[in-house]
Amino acid sequence: MATTSVEQALARLRATRVWKSIFRRGPARTNRTRSIAVFGNLFLHLLPVKVREKSLRVRATYYLGSISVLLFVVLTITGILLMLYYHPAVPQAYRDMKDLRFVVSNGVFLRNMHRFAAQAMVVFVFWHMFHVFYRGGYRPPHEFNWVVGVVLLLLTLFLSYTGYLLPWDQLAFWAITVGTNIIKAMPFLGDKVRFLLLGGHLVSENALLRFYVLHCVVLPLAAIAFIAIHFWRIQKDGGLTVPEKLRESQIQEKDGGTE
Amino acid sequence: MSEPEESRQPSEVTRRDFFNKVTLAALGVAALGGVAVTYQFLSPNVLFEPSPTFRAGSPDTYAPDSVTFREQEQVYIVRTKEGGFYAVSAVCTHLGCITQWKEDVRQIQCPCHGSKFEPNGKKIEGPAPRPLEHFAVSLTADGELLVDKLQVVKPDQVLKI
Repeated sequence: MATTSVEQALARLRATRVWKSIFRRGPARTNRTRSIAVFGNLFLHLLPVKVREKSLRVRATYYLGSISVLLFVVLTITGILLMLYYHPAVPQAYRDMKDLRFVVSNGVFLRNMHRFAAQAMVVFVFWHMFHVFYRGGYRPPHEFNWVVGVVLLLLTLFLSYTGYLLPWDQLAFWAITVGTNIIKAMPFLGDKVRFLLLGGHLVSENALLRFYVLHCVVLPLAAIAFIAIHFWRIQKDGGLTVPEKLRESQIQEKDGGTE
Repeated sequence: MSEPEESRQPSEVTRRDFFNKVTLAALGVAALGGVAVTYQFLSPNVLFEPSPTFRAGSPDTYAPDSVTFREQEQVYIVRTKEGGFYAVSAVCTHLGCITQWKEDVRQIQCPCHGSKFEPNGKKIEGPAPRPLEHFAVSLTADGELLVDKLQVVKPDQVLKI
């Protein structure tokens, strides 16, 4: 049988010295060894060892947070690829954007993927926030994670905004001119903050470079840190908020236990 | 550590406490210095931006009762019927878009959010909160107009020639 031969191959792989040196233990066959496997893995330890069956159902979350993270991963990968053809300089930036659309193989596909994933991420992060809000996910013990979520919403918007300047077209230029003039309205600090953000009094080459660094380095690193905290806190706060309605209703009643 | 607990006065500062506080204070001062140095680093000292003062040519080149848009400097040079001069900023007071002079309706209009102004900068309609700014105009020694965008003046100030 195909399945058994695959299983055998896996079992042989797990018995190798390399596998054991990486994962530090043999196959996880019992609940205890499975938990230990989760605890002992840097990436898995952010996730809960056990979840309620109800919180896995589509209606519990609509996977809105997971979709947001997936979009973040897509944006990171496509963004790194786009960086290989983009120079944050005037007027090269605009030409590079045009080259990506018309000259580079599959460039238009990557650029559009980055654009549309960015717009989708804003939509899904907002949707996720509204969903959590209406489910009461901001109440104790989830208060801190709600605040982390608000920070992530702001980071998403800043990422979106800083990325908007990079094509260096008329739309970008005037959007950043208008946006940074809004910052100027802030009392006392407004002028200073705008000057630091733009690296000058006008949207110029300095501004393009600063927004590029914010967009490609500073904000993604901050987002990764906060996403890690956000995930880890779900587990520490005792799992997702399962709505009362779902908690009371029997799973088997409606879905026949197919999920 | 070496001293027994009872022999110490309650208010007495131990060597460990003292060094902890000194170290924390030193780290705090260093952190503040780091913030200050970073702030200075992020503020550019040399900018490659157009000069805020500029020569706008000889007054004779402007017809009386005319509005001339200086695209490079984003300023309108207005010559009144009486022959006086004043300079109006072309930057909309709403969100900083560059306005346009419409000769047919004799209005300054903003393409972004539809603010409209009179040639003297007074708002007719739209979301702009304030009238357009007036800049100081003077004559150079060789008789050319000189506009200083750093010097905002009252709208009734006119350079009479």
